[in-house]
Amino acid sequence: MSTSTNLVALYTITRREIMRIVRIWTQTLIPPMVTMTLYFVIFGKLIGSRIGTIEGGFTYMQYIVPGLVMMSIINNSYANISSSFFGAKFSRAVEEMLVSPMPNWVILTGYVSGAVARGLVVGLLVLLIALFFTSLQVVHPLITFLSVLLGATIFALAGFVNAVYAKKFDDIALVPTFILTPLTYLGGVFYSVNMLAEPWQAISRINPILYMVNAFRFGVLGISDVGIGTAFAVMLAFVVGLSLVALHLLKRGIGLRS
Amino acid sequence: MSPTPALVVDNLRKTYRNGVEALKGISLTVQPGDFFALLGPNGAGKSTLIGILSSLVNSTGGDAEVFGVSVNKHRNEAMRLIGLVPQEINFNQFEKPFDICVNEAGFYGIPRRIAAQRAEKYLKELRLWDKAHHQARELSGGMKRRLMIARAMMNEPKLLILDEPTAGVDIEIRRSMWQFVSGINAAGTTVILTTHYLEEAEQLCRNIAIIDHGTIIQNSSMKRLLATLDVETFVLDLAQTPTELPTVAGISLRRIDDHTLEAEMARKQDLNTLFAALTDNGITVNSMRTKTNRLEELFVRLVENGRLEPIQQEKTA
Repeated sequence: MSTSTNLVALYTITRREIMRIVRIWTQTLIPPMVTMTLYFVIFGKLIGSRIGTIEGGFTYMQYIVPGLVMMSIINNSYANISSSFFGAKFSRAVEEMLVSPMPNWVILTGYVSGAVARGLVVGLLVLLIALFFTSLQVVHPLITFLSVLLGATIFALAGFVNAVYAKKFDDIALVPTFILTPLTYLGGVFYSVNMLAEPWQAISRINPILYMVNAFRFGVLGISDVGIGTAFAVMLAFVVGLSLVALHLLKRGIGLRS
Repeated sequence: MSPTPALVVDNLRKTYRNGVEALKGISLTVQPGDFFALLGPNGAGKSTLIGILSSLVNSTGGDAEVFGVSVNKHRNEAMRLIGLVPQEINFNQFEKPFDICVNEAGFYGIPRRIAAQRAEKYLKELRLWDKAHHQARELSGGMKRRLMIARAMMNEPKLLILDEPTAGVDIEIRRSMWQFVSGINAAGTTVILTTHYLEEAEQLCRNIAIIDHGTIIQNSSMKRLLATLDVETFVLDLAQTPTELPTVAGISLRRIDDHTLEAEMARKQDLNTLFAALTDNGITVNSMRTKTNRLEELFVRLVENGRLEPIQQEKTA
């Protein structure tokens, strides 16, 4: 297919994914807003008011906002692609794409774009809710945007791989429950890893979410537990690695073709 | 120079991971513009073959070319030439028929404006336009099958593959579907059809391949295949109960019930002999029909009894 026809195909998948997010907005947009509002009230206001300031003179509420926004972004980009692509597999609607002349990278990019779009919209909505509880000034807008983009992309790709392997709906719930949520909670959303004693600090540094949360926190507040260069290098490595895995799965037709 | 065949299947093989050998090196050719029947019992390998042609199944040997384009080597170009109507419903039931068609066109790189025009055209031709903006799950079974035909037409394929498109569809809708597909074929699209309704295949298709246990057991023109049928069975409805059945040389008469006889006879034998014998015995025949359609009779013999010798494939335009 030529570049223009590939772009039409890419636009078609992305548009369809975004229309799906809008069509089921009560499942895709409202729940993270409700959950994060509760986090802000309980952890930020009630508990945070007793903690006082944390690194860099920021209130606890200000400190956890970037982490919670990033948590919403990665959870939603992951959930979007895993449920949408697995749903297409389950209903066999994925065959519409598999029998078409679309290259695999177009299918992958289309689904990832839709998932990133949901991540960004949810992130923005959660950030707006946060402004009801605290004041924030984005220190490095470009770093903020890039960290959000890369974080959403990484978990969109991970969700895609999960959906390709999944054989039943339970399989797409296992990874968020047993891997994603623990890694998020231990990824410096609610605390600075500098507060941890060794070896927990060293162990925390093998958690990829730590780099995403801290890159985003650096963008918003200007503070980070990890070097910003290292954070971006880790995120880019995950994007490249997961993209290659996803494209390999599509090429081999694992879980998709007989 | 002869035109490039619509489809050339060359020694195609498929062995699934569980060891089932679904295709054992089959070869066949479909000429452009043909209406081709691919028949066989359940599990014969038809859907595997269609799956390989549409790239949903990876072959384990051989190749197929669609209008000269190799499915193995140039998958994307080959897929651009094919439209597939699968056996199972495979669209998102929460989407609207119009969106399903427009999105399908988008997957082929067709701009949205042109896609919208085509969607309207084909949904109207298949009498689905009034449902175009309802959720697909609200459609009846027959409507869903017509929607899959409309969807397959969005890239205006040169080769349309229909895998049991009329399964479970009532006769009226089935006829309207065939009217549409015949029109598409008359306009130049090559059509490959699998069906269990053999009268459909007999009426619509010019050439035929019968596949069984992963091999092609018959591949010829429909006319030549039907001509090999040497025996026909007629069902006679009688005015009154016959006291005694006549004996007619070369004809086997069997009483089904008090008012029905079955007569099995060679095709070359004339019916006058039979009617003369019945008249001599005072038996009045009210009506007569063939017991099964001819293709069905042949199909059963080929698949179950292996009573016919394969016919060499002939060149067809």
